[in-house]
Amino acid sequence: MSVGVAGIREYSRITEIKGPLLIVEGVSNVSYDEIVEVELPSGEKRRGRVLDVARGVAVVQVFEGTTGITTTGTKVRFLGKPLEIPVSEDMLGRIFNGLGEPIDGGPKIIAEDERDVNGAPLNPAERSYPEDFIQTGVSAIDGMNTLVRGQKLPIFSGSGMPHNILAAQIARQATVRGEAEEFAVVFAAIGIKYDDYMFFRKFFEETGALNRVAMFVNLADEPAMVRLVTPRSALTLAEYLAYERDMHVLVILTDMTNYAEALREISAAREEVPGRQGYPGYLYSDLASIYERAGRVKGKKGSITQMPILTMPNDDITHPIPDLTGYITEGQIVLSRELHNKGIYPPINVLMSLSRLMKEGIGPGKTREDHAEVSNQLYAAYSRGVELRSLAAVVGEESLSEVDRKYLKFADLFERRFLSQGPRENRSIEQTLDIAWDILSTLPEDELVNIKEETIKKYHPNYRKM
Amino acid sequence: MPVKGRIVRISGPLIIAENMQGAQMFEMVRVGEDKLIGEITRIRGDKAYIQVYESTTGLKPGEIVEGTGAPLSVELGPGLLGTIYDGVQRPLPLIAETIAREMPHRRMFIERGVQVPPIPRDRKWPFKPVARIGDKVEGGDVIGEVEETSLITHKVMVPPGLKGELVWLATEGDYTVEDIIAQVRVDGRTVDLRMIQRWPVRIPRPVKAKLDPTEPLITGTRIIDTLFPMAKGGTGAVPGGFGTGKTVTLHSLAQWSSARVVVYIGCGERGNEMTEVLERFPEYKDPWSGKPLMERTILIANTSNMPVAAREASIYVGVTLAEYYRDMGYDVLLVADSTSRWAEALREIAGRLEEMPAEEGYPSYLASRLAEFYERAGRVTALGSPERSGSVTIVGAVSPPGGDFTEPVTSHTKRFIRVFWALDTKLAYSRHYPAINWLLSYSAYTDLVAEWWHKNVDTRWKEYRDEAMEILLREEELQEIVRLVGTESLDEKDKLILDTARLLKDGFLKQNAFDPIDAFSTPEKQFKLLKMILDFHKKALHLVELGATVAQVRDALGRLYVEMVKAKFSIKNDELEKIEDLRNRVLKALEALEARLG
Ligand SMILES: Nc1ncnc2c1ncn2[C@@H]1O[C@H](COP(=O)(O)OP(=O)(O)O)[C@@H](O)[C@H]1O
Ligand SMILES: Nc1ncnc2c1ncn2[C@@H]1O[C@H](COP(=O)(O)OP(=O)(O)O)[C@@H](O)[C@H]1O
Ligand SMILES: [Mg+2]
Ligand SMILES: [Mg+2]
Repeated sequence: MSVGVAGIREYSRITEIKGPLLIVEGVSNVSYDEIVEVELPSGEKRRGRVLDVARGVAVVQVFEGTTGITTTGTKVRFLGKPLEIPVSEDMLGRIFNGLGEPIDGGPKIIAEDERDVNGAPLNPAERSYPEDFIQTGVSAIDGMNTLVRGQKLPIFSGSGMPHNILAAQIARQATVRGEAEEFAVVFAAIGIKYDDYMFFRKFFEETGALNRVAMFVNLADEPAMVRLVTPRSALTLAEYLAYERDMHVLVILTDMTNYAEALREISAAREEVPGRQGYPGYLYSDLASIYERAGRVKGKKGSITQMPILTMPNDDITHPIPDLTGYITEGQIVLSRELHNKGIYPPINVLMSLSRLMKEGIGPGKTREDHAEVSNQLYAAYSRGVELRSLAAVVGEESLSEVDRKYLKFADLFERRFLSQGPRENRSIEQTLDIAWDILSTLPEDELVNIKEETIKKYHPNYRKM
Repeated sequence: MPVKGRIVRISGPLIIAENMQGAQMFEMVRVGEDKLIGEITRIRGDKAYIQVYESTTGLKPGEIVEGTGAPLSVELGPGLLGTIYDGVQRPLPLIAETIAREMPHRRMFIERGVQVPPIPRDRKWPFKPVARIGDKVEGGDVIGEVEETSLITHKVMVPPGLKGELVWLATEGDYTVEDIIAQVRVDGRTVDLRMIQRWPVRIPRPVKAKLDPTEPLITGTRIIDTLFPMAKGGTGAVPGGFGTGKTVTLHSLAQWSSARVVVYIGCGERGNEMTEVLERFPEYKDPWSGKPLMERTILIANTSNMPVAAREASIYVGVTLAEYYRDMGYDVLLVADSTSRWAEALREIAGRLEEMPAEEGYPSYLASRLAEFYERAGRVTALGSPERSGSVTIVGAVSPPGGDFTEPVTSHTKRFIRVFWALDTKLAYSRHYPAINWLLSYSAYTDLVAEWWHKNVDTRWKEYRDEAMEILLREEELQEIVRLVGTESLDEKDKLILDTARLLKDGFLKQNAFDPIDAFSTPEKQFKLLKMILDFHKKALHLVELGATVAQVRDALGRLYVEMVKAKFSIKNDELEKIEDLRNRVLKALEALEARLG
């Protein structure tokens, strides 16, 4: 062994290589989760971290993979600290790899500080409950699944569906009413295809947002293990900007399915007892260590709003990745292939979607006093319409009662008038609620059982005309 | 002499230390330079396997592990109520204070190795002696009282196991928890008593006798109290996929139920859900006393991003605190959201210990651990005098993967609980909340609590309740037919069943937890609503038998139908005569129809 500067220790006894793992022997003073630099005989350097350590033996996970690594001639340096990235306000407008190193050819980042990418858990007693309404301009979200500042709200999508367009639309249109300030955006590309990455890049360029966006990019053809770090690097910067630089940060993480697959790979290499579909039993806690890095804290102006995107394998919402995500996040926006195939954009399945923080973000002074009741009524009426639609498919529309046929029509109106809008159409919350009243008024007034009389008298088109 | 060994291996939350001869199973230890809290979960030769309750990042082989000589324990005494703790009873606000002193910009994060006492040492409490010097005392005897909050009088009790003569007792005055407030002579030896005591979390606190539950735990949620009631001292589970309403149900129970003390365990769930309780409960009023809810509440938070091993401990910490207030004679409600995360923590530790997995990777002792936990619920006669009874009611959320109730945690839990509130994804998708499925749910306490209802609300409660159930079951059968042939071919009686079932669902079962009027229904309101709907049904059925059509009945009702549906949120708990009036108007309208039919 040779001791270098500042507690850096170097070893070269690699006894085993399997998958992304190196077993290094003869080590001493190695700590759990410590970061490692691996130098190949060619001089190429890779990074890794300690996953397990016993006396004299360390298991090292190499982020860039072990391809080409030999047991002889390879040097492993233990750097004496967990993986850190520099943080600075100047990182906005820049592009980094998953480990936080600039890849845009720009100048080196002058760090205001170095931070452990793993972060630390937010103290629940120091959080402050998110409640500021974000107007996204998308009716299905604002009207029925309202997003608030500091929320973590994922998009559950499937391959070939317009989740990128929707995420970009939200990023462009999102505003907190009464505040001029725009969101800073931290974008993490996790194992996505080059064209998906270019879509976002062009989008940020076109909207002139590039200077308030920091991108952390790990593409599909880049090392899979870096995917485990990419969202954490992004969130480390986001935390710095939100809690120390008073910014409102929107974090987009795409695609979390690739993240979970990388985690499965490392778990398999460690020969751990697999859980459902081969994913490790700790997938829940691991995902939570990412998703919970959102919110607001007491006494600080800034916030982190998270919008993870994931593609559901086979459109299956019970697959472990969407399932565990839904158990952690504060709701979900679910895209529907059926609506997509019908040509409806955004193809949001509102019945499966949910915003758990909606109730605090809406109502008088925030959106409008009728919001909660209107939303409840839309849900009740649309779900009844959808139910009757499948019934009508069996027994025929003519054997439905007159009222039931009105519900059928309502479901169509809901999809064509309320749900459907252009990717650049930015509706105010008032417009959204007014459309809702328009379509609700096609139902007999007695059917609006979720709305109080006073509210009907004030907002129902029948009374407003007078 | 406590043991002292050295770390030889670190793997996530599990470490192995050697040179640990003399260590006890489940002994609490201090790990490494930062003195992280850990607990011994296996001993093999001189090696101890230790689950560590804080992040192990940065630990190294060779660092020291020190035993404390005692199992993981909680501190008991005045000062627990109104506090939020982590999974090993560290007060979270104090952790923030401590961190802020050194690193103000990191205040909002939980860093490792922070040591803070669970109960404040400097606060003085007004102690009132209630025993007399010379009394023969034993474990559980109340020797003094402290107004802990405006809601709860804390009973200072002789610790279980102690028996002797009270030779000294402090006079009325202000004392800290560490001041000596009494002395007991035991076999010629004098034992000092303080208001603070300790109890090992994995050992149930002893009681004089276990009693059967008899009284309902009123929750104000109609489908619960009326169809699937909980009893004080009972056990229940709330399983459901994500977004079906587990947390809202548990929050409602914590907020509205007729318990005197509530222990809320956030076990592996969202940080914001704890924050929500923390921000709202000091403002919300206890519906039974009008005092701030926080004064009866203890929160325990091991959120999903906090260390996994402490998740396992949090359940035991919570139930021990619950038992302590039970022993004072209070009805305590413990809710745990979610027991699945606790089971997963067990699984993760078992996996690291390389134990043989049983179903889906869970250790073979999953079922027995669940049984032991729910077994700590119950109505009891407490130890000591004065004679008093108290109860611990336990309700656990269960989060089955993919919403599938056949998985191990749900299926084993079912064996040990008596009330099952099955949350249904389909109902949740259509925003039928609470999404408690009335076909899959059950309560073993319905007959037990009927007596209470008959005495306190109405002698025909059970009859009405059973009829509502019957209509709902019949509707389900009819829906099978409707799915094949539509509604038009049903006979009028069956159509009426569908109509009434819809009225029951919309006007009774659905309940908005966030509507100021709807959120909480008193037992009287619940019964009046139910009676109104079912009396309508009886009358309508009579008319249909006389040859009326359901359409005619609906016409005769006119706007009264909507009024019935909206009564739950338009009529307040203290305006029940309005429900009575509505019922009369409904019956009159039907009588008018009857007259017209001739
Ligand atoms: N057996 C135990 N179970 C739970 N907490 C404990 C236990 N022993 C100590 N603690 C907690 O650790 C903290 C420090 O305990 P203390 O006995 O003062 O340790 P030390 O003297 O080593 O600092 C106390 O606040 C106490 O709550
Ligand atoms: N009784 C209720 N009244 C109104 N809304 C409810 C009710 N129960 C659940 N909800 C809605 O469902 C959402 C999810 O409920 P939650 O309890 O967080 O689900 P879970 O804990 O099962 O994931 C809530 O945010 C709320 O919008
Ligand atoms: Mg000490
Ligand atoms: Mg929940």
